[in-house]
Amino acid sequence: MSEQPPPHVGLFVTCIVDAIRPCIGFSALQLLEEAGCRVEVPEAQTCCGQPALNSGDEKDAAALARQTIAAFEGFDYVVLPSGSCAGTIVHGYPDLLANDPVWAPRARTLAARTHEITSFLVDVMGFRPKGRRLSATATYHDSCAGLRELGIAAQPRALLAEVEGLEMRGLEGNDVCCGFGGTFCVKYSDISNAIVTEKAEAIERTEADLLLAGDLGCLMNMAGKLNRRGARTRCFHTIEVLAGRADGPAIGEEG
Amino acid sequence: MSAPEATVQVSFKNRAKTALADRTLKIAIDRTTGTAEAKRAVAVAAFPEFQAARARGRAIKDHVIAHLDHYLEQFERNATASGATVHWASDDAEARAIITRICLDAKAKLVTRSKSMLGEEIGLPHALADAGIERVETDLAEHIIQLAGEAPSHIVWPAMHRTREQVAELFKIAHHPPPAADDPATMVQSARRELRAKFLGADIGISGSNFLVADTGATCTVTNEGNAELTTTPPRIHIVTAGIEKIVPTTAHALSLLRLLVRSATGGELTQYTTFHCGPKRPGDADGPEEMHIVLVDNGRTRMLDNEFREMLRCIRCGACMNHCVVYRQIGGHAYGGTYPGPMGSVLTPVLNGLAGSRDLPNACTMNGRCAEVCPVEIPIPTLLRAWRIRSWRERLEPGSLRVGIGIWAVLARRPGLYRLASRIGVRALRLFGKGGWIARLPLAGGWTAHRDLPRPAGRTFMDQYRAQQAHKEDRP
Repeated sequence: MSEQPPPHVGLFVTCIVDAIRPCIGFSALQLLEEAGCRVEVPEAQTCCGQPALNSGDEKDAAALARQTIAAFEGFDYVVLPSGSCAGTIVHGYPDLLANDPVWAPRARTLAARTHEITSFLVDVMGFRPKGRRLSATATYHDSCAGLRELGIAAQPRALLAEVEGLEMRGLEGNDVCCGFGGTFCVKYSDISNAIVTEKAEAIERTEADLLLAGDLGCLMNMAGKLNRRGARTRCFHTIEVLAGRADGPAIGEEG
Repeated sequence: MSAPEATVQVSFKNRAKTALADRTLKIAIDRTTGTAEAKRAVAVAAFPEFQAARARGRAIKDHVIAHLDHYLEQFERNATASGATVHWASDDAEARAIITRICLDAKAKLVTRSKSMLGEEIGLPHALADAGIERVETDLAEHIIQLAGEAPSHIVWPAMHRTREQVAELFKIAHHPPPAADDPATMVQSARRELRAKFLGADIGISGSNFLVADTGATCTVTNEGNAELTTTPPRIHIVTAGIEKIVPTTAHALSLLRLLVRSATGGELTQYTTFHCGPKRPGDADGPEEMHIVLVDNGRTRMLDNEFREMLRCIRCGACMNHCVVYRQIGGHAYGGTYPGPMGSVLTPVLNGLAGSRDLPNACTMNGRCAEVCPVEIPIPTLLRAWRIRSWRERLEPGSLRVGIGIWAVLARRPGLYRLASRIGVRALRLFGKGGWIARLPLAGGWTAHRDLPRPAGRTFMDQYRAQQAHKEDRP
């Protein structure tokens, strides 16, 4: 009996990870390989189209959905280090292309194979990181799209529980939005500020060394606010910690 | 189509700004929504069938919406048979005209009113004032805002924007004699004293209705204060105003929805008062009105049957979406500028007032989905808000700067090679603004940097680094 071939995974790095924090992409690559996947990063990827979709620009959103579907069609799985972008592919694409006889089935097939990375590692691969150590206290913010569109809550916590020395602390209002909301934070900047201020206060009250979350958008919002307030909380994407990269610079720290 | 006060054009952003600057408002909102959120969580946890009840509630509403004409006709027949008079109003103006006509025909001088959002929706308070009829709000919270000359800021707690300290100040000025102390019990006693004579002296009582029961022709009203009973029983005439979507097939269906409504709204198991009104006083009855009028209001609802907002007709007006909304909790209800605030209001206000004047509402949402998570009848509110954004984009109501911005970005994103080049240049340019790891000020990104720093891009893009690594691997097989 021959062994099953390793799953062929297409990694969608997401546009802001690509531009702002490549380390998250490399952490994803590393964890997927450790979990036994054969990983590729398709050249034709850009953005999932969420900014257009949430602005009401269906036409551009649909064009980007088709482009993404075509780029990722050949893989067993598509994995993203973002609950929000994964949610767009899983729920947004099938809705967006529902009336397109050619693309609707392709959107549904892709949606069924697409996963946010922590849920992929736990639910699909049954993976737990080995030999990770980090002596720190951390708190975790449940980003909304991952939590509510994809039901991600237990998976990142289960993975983080494997990191020796890492003490997790509860965050008051952990499931309350941080006020990022994509273009919301720029369009309704005052309201967004009021929301993220409350979030930053809750994070500061935990007195944790680290703030972890699964979406760079939310992390940039919270980290940017914490820094403006002079807080010393260091912010990382969950998978950076899991990949053992939390000894490097946190978000906003010089490398 | 809109209530008179909605014509005053102050922008959403300005109203929100005013609200954000009001720290007392924030205290008031946090107190009430915080309590409501906590109590709902307890009530739901203690009701293991909640999910099943939700599914049933949704099914009841969907069934009724699919057969609205059938049940409304059945209701009209049975309500008429019970002695009530049923009126149909296609819009707010017609509803106002019907109600003022009934009042004027009855030579009414004093009307008591039990809280009804539909009454607010159709602009009833102004219509009564214009007709020279004294109106007295009998709900405690409505009494407060009537004294303050304000509109409700929440559909369950109309005065939730006011702290009890502010209410004490208001009562001291407005009540004769002023309340002796400012603890809640004394203040409630004072309001009771103010209202008692009005209850007994009113010519007409006007109430809303939570459910219209098709097979009996009864209307059902729930309150926690008993003011609806005192509003509807002593006066000679009782007028019920209700949106046509309030219809349910039977009393059992009303009770099924009531279990969801109360738990979602206040975290209680049942309201203190649940009253079914079935026709006026009959011969031999000890009390009750001599005439009962039921005004069934469409005002945009049948339009929703055929469009993408149909699911909004399921709404049972519990307010859970606003209690759990991160935006509502910062700006309160008045900032929304319509009758219905919060997430449900952001879907409904463009239906009622038109999208052109309210396009901010569906946009001012982070799409975090908490409203849908707590909705007792599973209305996909974020999806409906997105549907408004799509309409707004199609109708070119979105600002030109956004359209151009999204357009340029989309041109790049649709061409991966060009996109790589643009992000490479963008990252390099962004790095010029950094001081340390952060960018504190950035041209064209004032919305972000006014309030928070932006992490400076770490260096080359992921794709550039990855490509270099791959090439390196291929060089050294």
